Amino acid sequence: MAMNMKELSPDLFEPAEIDTEAGETVAKKRLSYWADVRRRFLRNRGAVIGLILIVVIGLMAVFGPGMNEFNFRQQDFTAQNISPFDKIEGTHWFGTDNLGRDLWTRTWYGAGISLLIALIAAAIDLTIGVIYGAISGYFGGKVDDWMQRIIEVLVGIPNLIVIILLLIWLEPGIFPIALAIALTGWVNMARIVRAQMLQMKSQEYVLAARTLGANTRRMLTKHMLPNVMGPVIITLMFTIPNAIFFEAFLGFIGLGLRPPEASLGVLINEGYGVLQIFPYQTFFPATVLSLLMLSFNLLGDGLRDALDPKMRK
Amino acid sequence: MGRFVIKRLIYMVITLWVIATGTFFLMHSLPGSPLENEDRIPPELREQILEQYGLNDPLPVQYVKFLGDLVQGDLGNSFKYDGRSITAMIMEGFPASAQLGLQAMIFGVLVGVALGTVSALRRGSWVDNGSTVLSVLGYAVPSFTLAALFSYYVGVVWGVLPTAGWGTFAHSILPSLSLSFLVIAQITRYVRTEMLEVLGQDYMKTARAKGLNRKTVIFRHGLRNALIPAITILGPLTVALLTGSLVVEQIFNIPGMGWMFVDSIMTNDYTMIMGVTMFYSFLLVLSIFIVDILYGVVDPRIRLTSPKE
Repeated sequence: MAMNMKELSPDLFEPAEIDTEAGETVAKKRLSYWADVRRRFLRNRGAVIGLILIVVIGLMAVFGPGMNEFNFRQQDFTAQNISPFDKIEGTHWFGTDNLGRDLWTRTWYGAGISLLIALIAAAIDLTIGVIYGAISGYFGGKVDDWMQRIIEVLVGIPNLIVIILLLIWLEPGIFPIALAIALTGWVNMARIVRAQMLQMKSQEYVLAARTLGANTRRMLTKHMLPNVMGPVIITLMFTIPNAIFFEAFLGFIGLGLRPPEASLGVLINEGYGVLQIFPYQTFFPATVLSLLMLSFNLLGDGLRDALDPKMRK
Repeated sequence: MGRFVIKRLIYMVITLWVIATGTFFLMHSLPGSPLENEDRIPPELREQILEQYGLNDPLPVQYVKFLGDLVQGDLGNSFKYDGRSITAMIMEGFPASAQLGLQAMIFGVLVGVALGTVSALRRGSWVDNGSTVLSVLGYAVPSFTLAALFSYYVGVVWGVLPTAGWGTFAHSILPSLSLSFLVIAQITRYVRTEMLEVLGQDYMKTARAKGLNRKTVIFRHGLRNALIPAITILGPLTVALLTGSLVVEQIFNIPGMGWMFVDSIMTNDYTMIMGVTMFYSFLLVLSIFIVDILYGVVDPRIRLTSPKE
């Protein structure tokens, strides 16, 4: 103890020099919200693979049908049911079906149609869902009460029933199918947008904007909608694989597009008839369908984690 | 609790009424009549048939009659199958579908709960990674693709199980298995998430601290709490199973309701479509109602919070 006391010289008690400037320097480059989202997204391997697969399938859907000399409805009765594994000259990379139509062309063309239907359905979902949810959440009170009662009834109606009934009623085509799928899908979107709006209404920046005299239109477009973007994008990402599934499902039970039109569902349905003899006719479209749904699910999961880390499960 | 049940019950009735009305007017606004293509029917006979099915009455009268019959469980007669009672036909097809659905549900829930629990307990292990992959695949790969795989490999290539028909338990294995994948995927994911959440709770530490052994803590305190939220997905799962059954019954040639429904769609048997639609809706709305009530019973917080909040 005594020894230590000697070693303590008074200069040890001089106040240290504090560089007040140093506290102000930013150690790391500042990340904007979207840069942060991108960083989190790119770290998620599954999501990136999903995105790449979607881009690849999307590109194949556009360019695939043009890669060989056939088109999707051209029949060739000298080349029926050619398996891609038979060594026959020609460019039927995925083989042909029972009418001699080239399955490579039909698969990619069909994937394109399936994607198109899913995108139209997602766009309708987005429009109706966001508008309905925003109105309900923003105005609140009586309006909200009534709009929510309607939603509660609609939620109870099984979408399977609505989609099937609508398609018996409408003529099957790309737009009617998308419409039928979207008519049951927007409810989910509306609920999420409404919940976000309600939550946001009580926050300070909204109050601040209102105090500064922002009108309803400005409030909605400049302050609230940009802030619901995250959950909306996430919901949309799960709407798309759902729509792809329903299109295939409808094709399977005979309410989808009519051959010679092709979509993944139609192709799988046609393939089933001969599954036990020519399994490749089901294999290719079913693989593309599964990959597509898998990719969108992975992408959706990745985006959810990236856009809203709190929601991470 | 009583008010909660009554409120859900009222919603259920309104929902069913909306579906019934929608179905009725959609079906009656279809162009043409079901007899249109049958030119050979003499006019007197046609008149008689229309009279017999009540198609000559004004639409509102038909509507009221339809609703009245519906309440009594009478779904009318089939157009295609010589006026057989639709209710009777549904009751013939229902047992097969119900068996498939139940088997898929029970198997799926058992496997799902087991996988989910083990994954949560051994985070990052091969079981966890494996079941994550499985659940992602289960979400993404539609049941009909699985059904095709199963029926081709297990049925045709290996020849182990029958791929078509109905009757013995062996017939039901492949279709139930194809249906159960989605159940496994969703339950695994849900139980894992909830279990992880529960494992981090203070009462788990307390239970350990007061000297309970690991097994008791995990099963009595952990799993029981983790399973409560999992009840909520039983409703959507029932819907998914029904959707899947339409296709799976078609693939495996099972004379169930799903098969009947698709058949009635393909043959434009309008009264049958209406009947099965109503039956399906009733089943789904009822199952969601039961799940709601069940959840209210298990977790009292649910019925105390009003939907306005």
